[in-house]
Amino acid sequence: MNKLLFLLQKEFKQIFRNPTILRMIIIMPILQLILLPLAADYEVKNIMVSVVDLDHSPYSKRLIQKIDASSYFKLVEYSPSYRKSLETVGDGKTDLILTIPRGFEKTLIKENSAKLHLAADAVNGIRGGLGSTYLAQVVGDFNREIREEWLVMPRNSEIPQIEVTTANWYNPHSKYPLFMVPGILVVLVTMVGAFMTALNIVAEKEIGTIEQLNVTPLKKHEFILGKLIPFWVLGMVSITMGIVVAFVIFRILPVGSFLTIYAFSAVYLFGVLGIGLLISTFSDTQQQATLFAFFAMMVFILLGGLYTPIEGMPRWSQILTYFNPPAYLIKIVRAIYIKGSVFSDLKNDFYVLIAFAIGFNGLAILNYRKRMA
Amino acid sequence: MKVFFAFVKKEFWHVIRDKRSLIILIGLPIVMMLLFGFALTSEVKNSNIAILDFSKDAASKILVDRIDQSQYFTVNKYLHSENEIEGVFRKGEVRLVLIFPQNFENDLSKDKKTQLRLVADASDPNTANITINYASAIIRDYQNELNENKKLPYTIEMETRMLYNPQLKSSYNFVPGVMTLIMMLLGAMMTSVSIVKEKEMGTMEILLVSPMKPIMVLVSKAVPYMVLCFLDIILILLMAVYILDMPIQGSLVLLLAESLLFIITTLSLGLLISVNVNSQQVAMFISLVALLMPSLIFSGFMFPIENMPLPLQVMSNLIPTKWYYSIVKAIMVKGLAFEYVLKQTLILAGMTVFFLTIAIKKFKINLEA
Amino acid sequence: MMSEVVIHTENLTRKFGDFVAVNNISFDVKAGEIFGFLGANGAGKTTAMKILCGLLSPTSGVASVAGFDVYKENEQIKENIGYMSQKFSLYENLTVRENITFFGGIYGIDRKSLKIKSEELIRRLGLGLEADKLVGSLPLGWKQKISFSVAILHNPKVVFLDEPTGGVDPITRRQFWDMIYEASAKGITVFVTTHYMDEAEYCDRVSIMVDGAIAAMGKPSDLKKQFGVENMDGVFLQLARGAKRSE
Repeated sequence: MNKLLFLLQKEFKQIFRNPTILRMIIIMPILQLILLPLAADYEVKNIMVSVVDLDHSPYSKRLIQKIDASSYFKLVEYSPSYRKSLETVGDGKTDLILTIPRGFEKTLIKENSAKLHLAADAVNGIRGGLGSTYLAQVVGDFNREIREEWLVMPRNSEIPQIEVTTANWYNPHSKYPLFMVPGILVVLVTMVGAFMTALNIVAEKEIGTIEQLNVTPLKKHEFILGKLIPFWVLGMVSITMGIVVAFVIFRILPVGSFLTIYAFSAVYLFGVLGIGLLISTFSDTQQQATLFAFFAMMVFILLGGLYTPIEGMPRWSQILTYFNPPAYLIKIVRAIYIKGSVFSDLKNDFYVLIAFAIGFNGLAILNYRKRMA
Repeated sequence: MKVFFAFVKKEFWHVIRDKRSLIILIGLPIVMMLLFGFALTSEVKNSNIAILDFSKDAASKILVDRIDQSQYFTVNKYLHSENEIEGVFRKGEVRLVLIFPQNFENDLSKDKKTQLRLVADASDPNTANITINYASAIIRDYQNELNENKKLPYTIEMETRMLYNPQLKSSYNFVPGVMTLIMMLLGAMMTSVSIVKEKEMGTMEILLVSPMKPIMVLVSKAVPYMVLCFLDIILILLMAVYILDMPIQGSLVLLLAESLLFIITTLSLGLLISVNVNSQQVAMFISLVALLMPSLIFSGFMFPIENMPLPLQVMSNLIPTKWYYSIVKAIMVKGLAFEYVLKQTLILAGMTVFFLTIAIKKFKINLEA
Repeated sequence: MMSEVVIHTENLTRKFGDFVAVNNISFDVKAGEIFGFLGANGAGKTTAMKILCGLLSPTSGVASVAGFDVYKENEQIKENIGYMSQKFSLYENLTVRENITFFGGIYGIDRKSLKIKSEELIRRLGLGLEADKLVGSLPLGWKQKISFSVAILHNPKVVFLDEPTGGVDPITRRQFWDMIYEASAKGITVFVTTHYMDEAEYCDRVSIMVDGAIAAMGKPSDLKKQFGVENMDGVFLQLARGAKRSE
């Protein structure tokens, strides 16, 4: 126990003398929390529409006005020809081209039906798909208006109607930062925990001081605890930094309790530190460790449901997420922050996090050798 | 020149001998392509939905079955009161609750009018909106069926064509993204870390007294990573074409030439970092925060630039990755010729020259000091 | 007292795949002796030393240090030895005093006696002014002296020194050897690898390794006589001529 204290004393002194670590703990949360939530707005909006109106009729003008009035669209251009519009798509200045053919109004009235042509830049499939769906909705509304003007509809006495009302709980104004901030807190702790532990231990290997420790009677568990505890403390500091920054910049505070967030993060961090430790046992140089940590983080975070929902994944990768610690904590911290979930709501996840902590550290300890075989 | 090749050879051996790193350097693009290609989609499928049915009649049952059978939803909970909604949301068990009023069928057949309520857990706004839209569509279809699909007069038909990507594949978006990320990682991060390592270990001085221009010492360290980088790009393109069915519309030669330019850009960034820092950890940290993160955010591959606040949109223009990303997209997906990417190419080339000049200047100052 | 065997090896062998780094070596080192372990780069010196320190498992053969078996009593050995590696082994971003405290601490010296010991050490090394400077800012020769002092702070039975004087000037080397004699006088056995042949003359006994095996062993004066040369350099050159591996 006494030896552990000496070890901790040494680690903390070194950490406070290492400007990189301090910068990482301060700059990372601020930068990530400022940039990512502002950037991660997936709502499809400001869709740029170029209109090729070959009809120039009252109807075509009304339709264009209607599109312009919709909050989804930005009318960027009236173009004389489809060919001309297509060029602006190439430059990325237009998302949708709506062509209103000559005689549109006449055909609609005389022949009871008329066609519109829509072309969507589908390089970004989601934007192209949703953009054209939205435009179809506007056209549908317009169609209904026209119809109602021509026929006085028999006021729904015969046709059954189901009215659907919707309610968006917890985030009624669809604010993306509210959704992203808790997720990014998790990314932060994960990066700080895994990268710094791995790099720290491997740096001792690279410089050669670890050999010096290995010839001392220091026990394996003392060494490992001596490395884990300081970085656990740093991880908790960085999550605190993150919580403060989230409040200062976005005025976001958890609906649930801080205590629950800290309880889950505390356990989670041990798991992440275990991953860092495990990486360090696999690498001899800091460059290797960086690469392994980067690889692991990339996979963990991409599959963690931060950007894309886990339900959308195919079965095999959903199974992978069962073994993905960040996936759990992202879900947990979001639930606490946004919905005010309490400990009992999430207790199963708590056990899983404990299992991770034991599992990863166990593997790392098994793999860590004071003596080379 | 002979000395230079001898150096390059030595560095190559260095990189190749480290099998574990090599596996990751080649495995990373493969794994990323597979993940983005097959695992990650922002599509919403199989969302869990809970039903709160106050009428429990034949009509509500039919509608619930419809919802359960659709690919978008799985009905996994039946609630008995509105108080339970809060609980299932907080546990994260469902994303959406559909509430039937009392006498649903009766109202529908007699009064011809009834009301359904959808309550969404909107903590993820995007998914919430999408699930609401899907559920509404299923309800609308059901209603239309009741109306026996009467043909209505004065119908405007829409003929929609999806340009470039008729099947709306997401690969068209991420393949160029993965390319940029891998290049940043290898060209900038790995190069800078490996140069700084020599500084840290004190072996740099030994290299610098060799009969070679000092800057070439640095370049020789970068060459193996450049080659690996190029191999990875070819690997990514092969996977895109043969596994993800994403043909290269434009000229392959042009694409590779532009990639080479961007490799040099990343390399110059790597050099810039390495002449300015003295520890591997700092090099790694700066690469991560100043290069990889902005590349991820501002290239437009994971986050839509057009939705960002104006200052961020302006900032995105300073990120070299953004320009390369748009070049790749233009060539690969849209099949555009060189004159359409000339502007981006010039910007990228300009940036590269700028970074290289600063790096070399700073390096010379360091040598004299 | 002089007859107590502190390091004992018999047919000690270590292979890395097909490569036999240490080939069947046998020797004894007695308490208080300064034992020089000589050889060209790549001859297997460091490997042999790492086995004795418990950093590396042997492939076959017998070895014990301070009466403990290297196979099973690895951890007990560590209580009884000091080690100074070829790579610099103090923390550069800790001060002299902090390094002493840390290494003393993990050898189980309590804080009170540690304080006294480190003050005494700092005074003896004449580092009063530098005690609170970061080790990284000190010249190499000083670092090595501090390293050695830290390695014997807990009064080990044996201290292993792996190329301790690489890269320092002759005067500092001389001073370093004075410290080794001092330690030896206190009864600490010194096991030192070196490739400086003048240093070999300072040892009580030396062994010369060639291609993983011991080619010659004995007192420097006896070896010189045996090979009919003026100095250890001559002995070494004669043996090294037949070596197959070198860097």
